[in-house]
Amino acid sequence: MKCIDVGQIIQTTEELCINANYFLNDDILKSLKDGLSREECQTGRVVLESLVRNAEIAARDEMAICQDTGMAVVFVELGQDVHITGGSLIEAINEGVRRGYKKGCLRNSVVGDPIFRTNTGDNTPAVIHFNIIEGDCLQIEVAPKGFGSENMSSLKMLKPSDGIDGVKSFILDTVDKAGPNPCPPIVVGVGIGGTMEKAAFLAKKALLRPVGENSSVDYVRKLEEEMLESINKLGIGPAGLGGRITALAVNIEVFPTHIAGLPVAVNISCHATRHAKAVL
Amino acid sequence: MAHIINTPLSKAQVKELKAGDQVSINGYIYAARDAAHKRMIELISAGRELPFDIKDQIIYYVGPCPAKEGQAIGSAGPTTSSRMDSYAPKLIELGLTGMIGKGLRSKEVIDAMVRFGSVYFGAIGGAGALIAESIKEEELIAFPELGPEAIRKLKVKDFSATVIIDSFGNDLYKIGREKFRL
Repeated sequence: MKCIDVGQIIQTTEELCINANYFLNDDILKSLKDGLSREECQTGRVVLESLVRNAEIAARDEMAICQDTGMAVVFVELGQDVHITGGSLIEAINEGVRRGYKKGCLRNSVVGDPIFRTNTGDNTPAVIHFNIIEGDCLQIEVAPKGFGSENMSSLKMLKPSDGIDGVKSFILDTVDKAGPNPCPPIVVGVGIGGTMEKAAFLAKKALLRPVGENSSVDYVRKLEEEMLESINKLGIGPAGLGGRITALAVNIEVFPTHIAGLPVAVNISCHATRHAKAVL
Repeated sequence: MAHIINTPLSKAQVKELKAGDQVSINGYIYAARDAAHKRMIELISAGRELPFDIKDQIIYYVGPCPAKEGQAIGSAGPTTSSRMDSYAPKLIELGLTGMIGKGLRSKEVIDAMVRFGSVYFGAIGGAGALIAESIKEEELIAFPELGPEAIRKLKVKDFSATVIIDSFGNDLYKIGREKFRL
């Protein structure tokens, strides 16, 4: 058994919030640069160049890539042989978010009640997903999620008879309707199967997979490639001004489901698709 | 070549701008988003004055990050404009000539833009750090309790934007997409 003190969890979460918001991940940066050579629209190329330049400025000046520094979505993989000491794990993560957003000059974007809407003033609470795994490690991954893209996400309970064609049209339709709103080029996370909330969770989780890394399941990989190609034929383009590079990746996760159902969730993410992780 | 706009933005200059044009904005613009728009419409309904004279002005849909020491402002890119669609027609009627944001607008907004003479500019969504370089001063002028949603007066220099929807109703999002749709 390993003991991990909450102080260490607070500090790690704080750093992850800042790093995820300041530094665009290498896979995304590479993908934007690759997109530049394939973009046929002149305005689209200017947008892609601006996004690369934006990432350079953010890293140089240590400031947020985007002013929507998101609601902090935190994925925790907790080894069952870990003992948390000194306080509550949930409180520690929220304290880390609180400190990180303050120290990093990140925007407080959370309201305390969805109807009455008063800003909580410290970007808490975080949305925390726990997964208990074997071993004695604690992995924390912070994925700040902006709502320009979150608002364009969608979930549908398809019929089993809709099959893979139904899934394809739902993904394509969701991206088409989103148009310029989610700050394209986007990353599309898709969850297929499970229950309603499982599909939504898988769609979110799919966004953590690096751009350029396809599913290990053969038919899913083919579906990812086909959907990326179809989406990039929609013409939406960078910033929605027209062009080829509408999406950088389509990441799909699947899970067994009920005999009566075919849930599909599409979680759209902006060009930044921020996430940073650490293992304690 | 980009059109140079020195605010305030007159209705005469609005008419010269066409969807797809690049502009470079200089002078003062006003930052306001969801909660500030709700408050402004409430003030108008109550017959009270707005925190700034909206005639011939440009509103930028943005909720910036706090400035670090030595910075004028933190990251400050556009937010999705459609959330302001239910409020915008009234402001356009009162003389608002420009809006900067990102994403689609409703028919009601476009109709008001054509009727009263107003233009919708797009700034690059997600380029908040780059855009912040063209914002030289930030002054909070109303509703401080709204935090990032408070109204701010921003002094901008060479603020780059694209005309998305012009005062004749042409929409670059539609034009651009049609051109590249396969």
